[in-house]
Amino acid sequence: MKLLPVFGRRQESGDEPAVDKDANYSSQWRLMYVRFKKHKLARISLIVLALLYAGALFAQFLAPYGLENYDSKYVNASPMKLRFVDTEGKFHIRPFVYGLKSGRDPETMRKIFTADTKKKYPLQLFVKGERYKFLGLIPSSTHLIGVEEPGRLFLLGTDSLGRDLFSRILLGSQVSLSIPLVGVGISFVLGLIIGGVSGYFGGWLDAVIQRVIEIIRSFPTLPLWMALSAAIPPRIPVVRMYFYIVIIFAFIEWTGLARVVRGKFISLKNEDYVVAAKIAGVSDAKIIAKHLLPGFISYLVVATTLAIPGMILAETAMSFLGLGIRSPATSWGVLLQEAQKIDNIALYPWKIIPLGTVILTVLTFNFLGDGLRDAADPYKR
Amino acid sequence: MAKPILEIKNLNKDFKVKSKKALFAKPVSVRVLQDVSFQLLEGETLSIVGESGCGKTTLGRCIVRGMNATSGEVVYRTEGGEAVDFLKLKGAESKKFRKDVQMIFQDPYSSLSPRMSVYDIISEPLIANFKLPKSEVERKVSAIAEKTGLNVSYLKRYPHAFSGGQRQRIAIARALITQPRLIVCDEAVSALDVSIQAQIINLLKDLQEQYKITYIFISHDLSIVENISDRVAVMHLGKVVEMAGVDSMFKQPRHPYTEALLSAVPQPDPDLKKDRIVLEGEVPNPANPPSGCHFHPRCAYKTEKCVKEIPALRDIGDNHMAACHYAEQLTLRGARHER
Repeated sequence: MKLLPVFGRRQESGDEPAVDKDANYSSQWRLMYVRFKKHKLARISLIVLALLYAGALFAQFLAPYGLENYDSKYVNASPMKLRFVDTEGKFHIRPFVYGLKSGRDPETMRKIFTADTKKKYPLQLFVKGERYKFLGLIPSSTHLIGVEEPGRLFLLGTDSLGRDLFSRILLGSQVSLSIPLVGVGISFVLGLIIGGVSGYFGGWLDAVIQRVIEIIRSFPTLPLWMALSAAIPPRIPVVRMYFYIVIIFAFIEWTGLARVVRGKFISLKNEDYVVAAKIAGVSDAKIIAKHLLPGFISYLVVATTLAIPGMILAETAMSFLGLGIRSPATSWGVLLQEAQKIDNIALYPWKIIPLGTVILTVLTFNFLGDGLRDAADPYKR
Repeated sequence: MAKPILEIKNLNKDFKVKSKKALFAKPVSVRVLQDVSFQLLEGETLSIVGESGCGKTTLGRCIVRGMNATSGEVVYRTEGGEAVDFLKLKGAESKKFRKDVQMIFQDPYSSLSPRMSVYDIISEPLIANFKLPKSEVERKVSAIAEKTGLNVSYLKRYPHAFSGGQRQRIAIARALITQPRLIVCDEAVSALDVSIQAQIINLLKDLQEQYKITYIFISHDLSIVENISDRVAVMHLGKVVEMAGVDSMFKQPRHPYTEALLSAVPQPDPDLKKDRIVLEGEVPNPANPPSGCHFHPRCAYKTEKCVKEIPALRDIGDNHMAACHYAEQLTLRGARHER
């Protein structure tokens, strides 16, 4: 690992250590930022994640169609191509799509869609379409992109009910990307409190908490999910279902964070500078607030970031198995349910696209966590 | 004659160690400090020496209450002459005396919080012990920074910007800010380069003269001990085995263990013939100390009596205390050589 000379231990007693002037006055967060900036992959990941989350935030606006919009005429339509050049070789500045013509495969008699080159629908911006409430507050009916009726815009194809996959991936990301954040948020609080108590007080309390954590962690997660989600009553409002699912995840996830917190508490408790503060007469509360918490908050940020991909995968897996989010709500896991059947993937390969977004998100979170971890302790070599 | 500032009586410290014999076996307690008693006079420097694991650091930490002793008394005499037993103090009461006793740690890299600026580090004990207006705190911090040779304009920096010697100066400034009467220096210079060691020791000496500070100087470096201390206590396996004025100790040690320690002091004279006493055998396990005199397995002068009887620490005249059955009879080699 390459480091700034600032972090080297120098023994000479020169008045002015020959280092970058700024670094001398830099606090922990500033140093972390400087080192994080050097981690290219993490920086790119941060940008990708920002785009993903922006997409989730503005999903209703960005998606050409709403969640419940379906058209039985266009079932299992393949992704459309955005074209600039038409069949006559004429170039169009504005991209367009051809209409869809349904027909049958002469060999397999399977219904297929082919481009209807007679009908051309240029891509339009800020189209009026289905009504929605932006952020659940501002009513609107403007969608960023679309085509004029009766044309259809299926950038990533449709599913077995004729719903636009592109729109559904965007709308599904609202659930898939927010559940991990809320879940990790809850487990963060739980882990901080329980782990802190365990590490600070020690003794029998510590032993009891650690054994409980071990028991929770040794549960096979899949049956546990099944049991917990069986406890969710069927046909409840989407919001409440969402809430229950988050609690299920947080219930399992906090144990890992509690361990991190406890370990850090114990190791920092015996650091010389904490002992020095104790000897100097600093109160316990102040020691926790000024020495212990700042000492491991950066690790917690890292641990939390690295816990998110696990939760994304868990949510996807649960919804995939039909245990998590259920229709009419949508998440990436729900979308992947259609990919459960092998013939579905073989005939309509675009149905596996949500998997790509899951992989992308998990990878970027991992890279981001990696970068944060490298940056987290600017004082260690 | 100076008044005693600290009186330690029969101080014991046990550590509980998990037994490896069985999974649920009761923890075994190991006595790392055994009946340590001595007086510390105001304004003096008492050095505590001994090999690794002899309990030096534990003793220091028990005195400053970074650790709780198992039993015994640490009686502190305030400026008014009032005697208080540190170990019996609780909560708010103990806070009253925290400011009087401070500590300087061995490793200036781990003893300063990397997350606080130097100013925050130095002012922390002051803020914890006194209610002072901000301007007053600022004034005191810059005064002490100047005293300890720190550039005042560096105070807003973080410790990672400083070298070892400078860091130790910061640690000293932090210890001095409450104007303590007693400072425990736990290997305060061992982590530093020799040239910096001299600087720091001179600084400590200057400060002692100015503020009449009493030092307990824990060290394994005998050449520094000889230079800095008034009296020396030698510890072996949790016990004080010899205690005397520095001259008396270095000229004529009365305990074979001290003799062995002193023989390890490097002499700057290349012509000087040295025969170092190399102790045979291993350091005894404190969980299972040898019978009689704890030093007997490694002692060249041992007799039947040493194996059976535990020697008491006794005065053999001239304020020289030794815990050896033959303290008077043996003629042991010191470290003072005629030039």
